[in-house]
Amino acid sequence: MATIYIDNVPYEVKPGKNLLEACLTLGINLPYFCWHPAMGSVGACRQCAVKVFKDEDDTKGRLIMSCMEPVRDNIRLSVDEPEAKEFREHVIEWLMTNHPHDCAVCDEGGSCHLQDMTVMTGHNYRRYEYKKRTYQNQYLGPFLNHEMNRCIQCYRCVRFYKDYAGGHDLDVFAAHNHVYFGRHENGVLENEFSGNLAEVCPTGVFTDKTLKQHYTRKWDLTMAPSVCQHCSLGCNISAGERYGSLRQITSRYNGEVNGYFICDRGRFGYEFVNSPARIRKALVRTHLPEAVTKDVALQEIWGELRQARIIGIGSPRASLESNFALKALVGEENFHVGESENDHDLVDLSLKILQDTPARVISMREAESADAVFILGEDLTNTAPMLALFVRQSVRQKPLEQVVQASIPLWQDAAARELVQDQTGPLFIASIAATKLDEVATAICHASPDAIARLGFSVASLISQQSPAVLHLLEEEQAMAHQISQALLAAKKPLIISGCSSGSEAVLKAAANIAAALAEKNGGTGIMLTVPECNSLGLAMLGGHKLESAFEAIQNNYADAVIILENNLYRVADKSVVENFLAKAKQVIVLDHLHQATTDKATIVLPAGTFAEADGTLVNNEGRAQRFYQVYPNPEDIQESWRWLIQIGKALRNPSLTNWENLDDITAALAEADQQFKGLEAVAPPAGFRIAGQKIPRESHRYSGRTAMLANHNVSEPKPPEDPDAPLSFTMEGYRGQPPSSIIPFFWSPGWNSMQSVHKYQEEVGGHLRHGDPGVRLINQPGASFHYYAEVPEDFKPLHHHLFLVPLYHIFGSEELSIISPGIAERAPDPYVAICTEDARAFQLEAGKVLEFAVNKQIFRLPVKINDDITKGTAGLPLGLPGVPYEEIPAWAQIFKQETTWKHQPQIIS
Amino acid sequence: MEKPLTQHITPDRKPLSLKEYEQVGGYRAVHKILKELTPEGVTNLVKDSNLRGRGGAGFNTGLKWSFVPMGPEVPRPKYLVANADEMEPGTFKDRILLEGNPHQLIEGMIVASYAIQADISYVFLRWAYKKAAQEITKAINEAYAAGYLGQNILGSGYSLEMHLHTGVGRYMCGEETALLNALEGKRATPRAKPPFPQVSGLFGKPTIVNNVETLCCLPHIVNNGAAWFKGLSRTGDAGTKIYGVSGKVNKPGAWELPMGVTVRELIEEYAGGMKNGYRFKGALPGGASTDFLVEEHLDTPMDYPSIAAVGSRMGTGTMIILDDHTCPVGFVHNLQHFFAQESCGFCTPCREGLPWVEKILLSLDRGEGKPEDIQLLNFHTKALGPGNTFCALAPGAMEPLQSALKYFGEDFERHINEKQCPWK
Repeated sequence: MATIYIDNVPYEVKPGKNLLEACLTLGINLPYFCWHPAMGSVGACRQCAVKVFKDEDDTKGRLIMSCMEPVRDNIRLSVDEPEAKEFREHVIEWLMTNHPHDCAVCDEGGSCHLQDMTVMTGHNYRRYEYKKRTYQNQYLGPFLNHEMNRCIQCYRCVRFYKDYAGGHDLDVFAAHNHVYFGRHENGVLENEFSGNLAEVCPTGVFTDKTLKQHYTRKWDLTMAPSVCQHCSLGCNISAGERYGSLRQITSRYNGEVNGYFICDRGRFGYEFVNSPARIRKALVRTHLPEAVTKDVALQEIWGELRQARIIGIGSPRASLESNFALKALVGEENFHVGESENDHDLVDLSLKILQDTPARVISMREAESADAVFILGEDLTNTAPMLALFVRQSVRQKPLEQVVQASIPLWQDAAARELVQDQTGPLFIASIAATKLDEVATAICHASPDAIARLGFSVASLISQQSPAVLHLLEEEQAMAHQISQALLAAKKPLIISGCSSGSEAVLKAAANIAAALAEKNGGTGIMLTVPECNSLGLAMLGGHKLESAFEAIQNNYADAVIILENNLYRVADKSVVENFLAKAKQVIVLDHLHQATTDKATIVLPAGTFAEADGTLVNNEGRAQRFYQVYPNPEDIQESWRWLIQIGKALRNPSLTNWENLDDITAALAEADQQFKGLEAVAPPAGFRIAGQKIPRESHRYSGRTAMLANHNVSEPKPPEDPDAPLSFTMEGYRGQPPSSIIPFFWSPGWNSMQSVHKYQEEVGGHLRHGDPGVRLINQPGASFHYYAEVPEDFKPLHHHLFLVPLYHIFGSEELSIISPGIAERAPDPYVAICTEDARAFQLEAGKVLEFAVNKQIFRLPVKINDDITKGTAGLPLGLPGVPYEEIPAWAQIFKQETTWKHQPQIIS
Repeated sequence: MEKPLTQHITPDRKPLSLKEYEQVGGYRAVHKILKELTPEGVTNLVKDSNLRGRGGAGFNTGLKWSFVPMGPEVPRPKYLVANADEMEPGTFKDRILLEGNPHQLIEGMIVASYAIQADISYVFLRWAYKKAAQEITKAINEAYAAGYLGQNILGSGYSLEMHLHTGVGRYMCGEETALLNALEGKRATPRAKPPFPQVSGLFGKPTIVNNVETLCCLPHIVNNGAAWFKGLSRTGDAGTKIYGVSGKVNKPGAWELPMGVTVRELIEEYAGGMKNGYRFKGALPGGASTDFLVEEHLDTPMDYPSIAAVGSRMGTGTMIILDDHTCPVGFVHNLQHFFAQESCGFCTPCREGLPWVEKILLSLDRGEGKPEDIQLLNFHTKALGPGNTFCALAPGAMEPLQSALKYFGEDFERHINEKQCPWK
């Protein structure tokens, strides 16, 4: 530790940081703009000026920028020195010469870093009397507004977008006081992390366009800590509501998971919650077209299910609690996981690998510090976007060693980038088609899943002889395997990333073998696997029968009623099979958020709360259990799925559910029932948790209009709703200090109204949240029982008149719920099938022409997209995209030639 | 009086071809260093000669080179860059050298490159110097053909590539780190120091950026020695200097003279005195970004410490004269307009402060000024001082303003009190 003197008071601080970080970590308020904890210093804004003194006797000192000055032992500085204070005030004065002072109509107002810093420096009197410069704004797509007149030129946006996130279509143009931050022309900002600009921008230049459509100030939002539902990474988010609709998602800092940022699917995918397609009341087929009350619905269920043999189908996108409640309701032998056959096997295998691997199952944030990465079969940007962002940072690790050698502090961002230039460390990607990370990769290989697995097995066998050798590899494949194995062996923290999205067990097994082989030699070896949904891993841990056996149970009359939890079976099984199943079951009870194909066939539909209207626990891809909290009281008859299931259980007098009243009861029962979930109760404080006898308020102390907002209905203010499941209140009353990290509804600190206040909640700037980051790892490490997988697949061989269908994914479009959000839908591609030029020529097709093919019995007619990264003999099918029917792939598709007459009506793509 | 730098430059004649240059002793320095001197030997020689950077900062050239990492284990390639982005208002000294004798520059660059063992060198040329671009291109081609550039120069084992790069006309590129960014194809914004370019410069590699005039001194120092070079000067600062005078004088121009001639000598002897009817009011001694000197300073020798002692800077050594028929407020406004426009827009005080200053001066010039404006101007001269801004552009811009307020404060007041420009 180093001793520094701030205004003559000695402090112990970490060496290696800069003075701004040191001051903020010590809780000293020092204004800044261009510095960002994730992006370091560049010294542009000059806002964080302090005085430094040579020694005790130096009374004059000199102004320096605290973000550009390293902590040195015995350095003496002053934050309060009049000249430094005055200079900081003048920096704001300068920035304000062109700022439009339009706070009243600016979306950033109330959570604006520029406002906060202006107040902090004390600037208030305007001396500038001349005209302000003005700009034209740009159309940037469905996610962001652009209002350049507010710009204070801190350069953070381009530094995030270009340098950090690897975007290509945002830049700084022109010079002097005309510098312009935008695109070269109007158009959609392409990068998948563009939404972070709304948080990175210290003022209202880039703001959330979805928020604008139902605008509310931050202080008027009712906010709750939540977890993103749109992929398996479990990024932490804060969700905000007003007047019963969800208004905004912002990132919620977690030092081990997502850090400061989230992806655009996570930020803008929330609008499905407000969709007109929401199920808001219970529906019973026999009562249609009228909706029924909760009681009538439960009575109907009692009437229909009392004598029935019930089976349950769970969901990888429903909480642990909801799945467990269903499992308890129908009994273990009747509980089925609602995943496709393939996903079920792949997720089970992933879980087994994570449990057994001798390598470290690392958290997402740690991926950033890996110094060699091998990705097998994943297009991370589209399947686990935030992980792609961290991998993008990891390629800088190796070159940054030169920066350390040159004695340049790593936080000196511009200097580090100038030295490193475009050098990248080892990153190898073997994927089905091109991925966005290819541009920073050392070597890439686009191949069929089997070929990817073979490459992986070959790498593993080069590292450890315990892993089986691969026969008949091509020379270039051998060379690549050699190159990869050498790079991984040379690394201090090698990382193997794979997952379920290639649809291939062999790929996962190959990845597992590499990680194990490396771990034999290097304890720093890490492994990360992605799984399909936000709670896929939790569901796999909970366990259940395959979906197929649910279909068989109805088909063979072993059961006559089915309860389907938050699931659309048409997305996980063949259409004809699902139709049969739903037609044959006497009672189909579906709990879900939105009307969809399965709810259409239900006899009873129950309105299930989304993440915004429910509490629950999700287990992310690393096995981290995290709690999400209800944001606002349930509108209409919507309630948590698990609550519906408890009520059904009680109606049916099912003894396993009758003692459950709230969420804590279910988690306690689950922890009790299954050793694996022992840690669950530590995920979040119980509902009865209080600080100084108080709950944690979901609303800010400035929440406005409480007595007026419902006055058109009733002038007397109603009693605030109770939350029986969480130590959070739905009001502005409660404890104002820092709550435990898992129940921080929003970041705020006196004088720090914007997201920048997060440093007040951290142990040190950019580090862990105080008292530890949220989430509990349920997988014990390291595993001891790993056995190398021995089955190396045969090489892929094309088949005449056939194409091997492999899955492709889109960040905007492939995920079931986010695609309902208009902004996301606008960014989603139209349905297509991707083939290479050679195959297109062979089938006499060109781009845009329709390719007709059949898998099993299902006919597809999809327009062709030419993609030469697709291996000859294979075709890429964008799974989950609206208009692309479900099929169990990878699988062979039979191609129909143009002259083939097909007697059945081809499927109409809507 | 020796004029080593300009001895072969005749305004009305084409520059020397390589052959002609060799005939007058050109490239002897290259032969000499490659045969007789180690890189360290060259660096020490230049250090001993007390050659100071002619771009304006006046840093000891040999000392600057000595910070470049040497030996087999250092990052490669290393770079040498000739800063020929001469855009300081009132300055045209490098232009003479560039257009008049490009081989002298190339020879100097080879000497400097050898001293730091650079692999690649660039001439970063001001966009508007079209003629120089042609001459340099021709000269570089000749030097390659003669084996002074390229692989294994004169069989010595030392290799050097040289390229001409023309900028797009930004004053900012005169700042060496902004120049490096521009040369990399990036925005011409300055870089933080440390790290210095000697450690992490062009493309992150060790780099030296030297001014054209500085580089042109090198062949002569190698040929004639450090003592000779020091002996050229009248004062402690070594060598000759190309001085220039512009403004209402009889013979504006530039002349190579011993370091340390006085301001008065320059104006009266070389520039032929003030034009009839014009009186000397003040002068910016070294380009637009230096403080005014006035009547009382006329006998100050033009060298780095002497000019600094009277509160200004030697800068480029090419002075702009303010006469009594020119309004000092308008004069300074014109300069501030230039600086505000040439600010790169990276740091707040410069980007926002300079346009504010420019607007205040314009309103004074129009007779719309207020007493508080003087306060605001004074405030900016201090707030945009060295260290407060990212680079030296804004502090440089404040130098003529602060000294104008000091020496011609009355004229500023008159604009406010009379509500018009007294010169109009």
